[in-house]
Amino acid sequence: MNAHFQPDAIRLDRLPVGSRARVTSVDWDALDEGEANRLRQFGFDEGVTVEPLHLGPFGRDPIAIRVGRMTVAIRRKHAGAVRVTLIGK
Amino acid sequence: MTPLPLVAVAGNPNAGKSALFNALTGARQKVANYPGVTVERHSGRLTLADGRPVEVVDLPGSYSLDPSSPDEAVTRDVLLGRQKGERQPDALVVVLDASNLDNHLRFCLQLIELGLPTIVALNMVDLAKRDGLELDAKVLERELGVPVIETVAVRRRGVAELSQALDDMLSAPFCGVHEHVKSDLIHLQRRAREISAAAVVSETPVRRWTHRLDAVLLHPLFGPLILAAIMFVMFQAVFAWSETPKGWIQDGIDWLGVQAATALPAGLLRSLIVDGAIAGVGAVITFLPQILILFFFILLLEGTGYMVRAAFLMDRLMHNVGLSGRAFIPLLSSFACAVPGIMATRTIDDPKDRLTTILVAPLMTCSARLPVYTLIIAAFIPNTRLAWGVGLQGVVMFGLYMTGVCGALLAAYVLRRGVLKGGGSGFMMELPKYQWPPLTDVVIGLLTRCQIFLKRAGTIILGTTIILWALASFPQAGPGQKQSDVSIAGKIGGAIETVVRPIGFNRDISMALLPAMAAREVAVSAIATVYSIDSPDQQSGATSLQEKLQHRWSLATALAFLAWFVFAPQCISTIAVTRRETNGWKWPLFMVSYLFVLAYVFAGLTYWTAVALGL
Repeated sequence: MNAHFQPDAIRLDRLPVGSRARVTSVDWDALDEGEANRLRQFGFDEGVTVEPLHLGPFGRDPIAIRVGRMTVAIRRKHAGAVRVTLIGK
Repeated sequence: MTPLPLVAVAGNPNAGKSALFNALTGARQKVANYPGVTVERHSGRLTLADGRPVEVVDLPGSYSLDPSSPDEAVTRDVLLGRQKGERQPDALVVVLDASNLDNHLRFCLQLIELGLPTIVALNMVDLAKRDGLELDAKVLERELGVPVIETVAVRRRGVAELSQALDDMLSAPFCGVHEHVKSDLIHLQRRAREISAAAVVSETPVRRWTHRLDAVLLHPLFGPLILAAIMFVMFQAVFAWSETPKGWIQDGIDWLGVQAATALPAGLLRSLIVDGAIAGVGAVITFLPQILILFFFILLLEGTGYMVRAAFLMDRLMHNVGLSGRAFIPLLSSFACAVPGIMATRTIDDPKDRLTTILVAPLMTCSARLPVYTLIIAAFIPNTRLAWGVGLQGVVMFGLYMTGVCGALLAAYVLRRGVLKGGGSGFMMELPKYQWPPLTDVVIGLLTRCQIFLKRAGTIILGTTIILWALASFPQAGPGQKQSDVSIAGKIGGAIETVVRPIGFNRDISMALLPAMAAREVAVSAIATVYSIDSPDQQSGATSLQEKLQHRWSLATALAFLAWFVFAPQCISTIAVTRRETNGWKWPLFMVSYLFVLAYVFAGLTYWTAVALGL
């Protein structure tokens, strides 16, 4: 994972709603197999564009995130395994 | 007889697969279970242009051939010809959401690699256009190497072309599937993105409808308020709109009972048919309108895409007790009846999450308990007005519902820290685009549910009712004896009484507890039967039953009885469906035991407290 280390990378769960970012790395080891599989199936992968759209009403959890052309809801905990860099509007 | 050619419809969840399946097969559908698993098999018939019939099967929506749920495992096994009770499909229709090609093409590529004769249905092209996305089906066809047909399944567009393409495809010879598919998801995903980019002719960014709706429906404040309002309307509908059709069904059953009673000579046969079959099954069938109204709402909320949003809004709260947002819908359904509620847990991926939801579902006050609550409250709780529009009886009723909800949350919390510790795939769901489901799809869904419910009433419930009737009727009482003293049911009631006497239950209640296992509302009629045995007066309506109760029960007993029914070990149907959904007797037995203990303890606490307070 360190090969992809980028100093300006932030965690997806800390990305403010409405800002677009590009996935730089996903810490697959932080997720269990089923969770990792689902995230891959949702299209989480290096280079894909993501944008947090909505936060859950209680504890700002889960997060609705736009991934490529689809919108998925994942918990804050899992979003924390994804690193992104901001891209301009 | 050689079986019909089998066409499987596969695709991602939310690709519009079921709508396309409905468009292909119409209302002639069969729902069964795959053997050994609790996954429903939806199949139907399609007549090709040349008159050949083929069987179409709707496979569970899946993201890839690496399953993460029992449903997805069935999809993979059917496609590879490994599923028990299913033949290898002769052709495959892969459904793609035109506006989500990046993601859906990945599974599609995996499916094409299987080597089955495949047609791609590029579905929801209208929604893609609405979102400003223009696609070239010809480019897709070239890149994928299989026919691509543009469809709008909900409007039945492209269905004739699809059926024609199937016709051509099934006429050509085909030579077996490749078992070894490249399942490297990342590789497939990149290829999918390339193809998708190539197929896009133009993309004009427009403000998407779904986005605008979500801004309101998932708003941190308005979102939960709207959800609460929708739930309120749903409950109003389930309880208020169903009154009239319930009355009709009740009238019909009464009429049937009278007809049978006059047509048959007095005796055992008449008793079996009138008191056993018609009264017993009839009592359950009167719930059909409520169940249909509930399912109407559920199908509508699911079809529009709102259901996932409700799960999104509730996830955090459910998470606190160890459940996920996905458990919200099954638990909501359980307010009508635990049986559809437990069946709805199939959408929960994680086995422990799902099992916990199944185990606590019966704690949601089902509609069958309403008649019991209504009777006891009317008899024992004074109709005092507490405030404008708020009466004591209503508050007690609400309290009973809330006790059930709190009990369920508490039970989930304890289960997740005890027997069902660990696991939990969290909450990962796709939020599909909003769309209006075609009325025909909703009607087909309702008819299917109706069929399943009536089949159950005709088998399990009829059987149980006849057994209970026999227990209550044999051996027959001699002159001067009371039937309730002599019958097996009476004996069992006497035995139960020794157990439940400490919590304030008398023998009449004990006898009612047994038939209440068939269907809870039967408790009312069972008590009525017990009390009408002594009196020759057959016209004992609800009012006189209320009076009888007031004379024979103390308030403490009545309250304990209500507390019992909040937690009461569930009906036979719930036990049966739990057995089916968990593939064994272990969990239904566990469920019955823990609910029995809860019911006993809470009824006891209620009784002892009430006695101590001098009620």
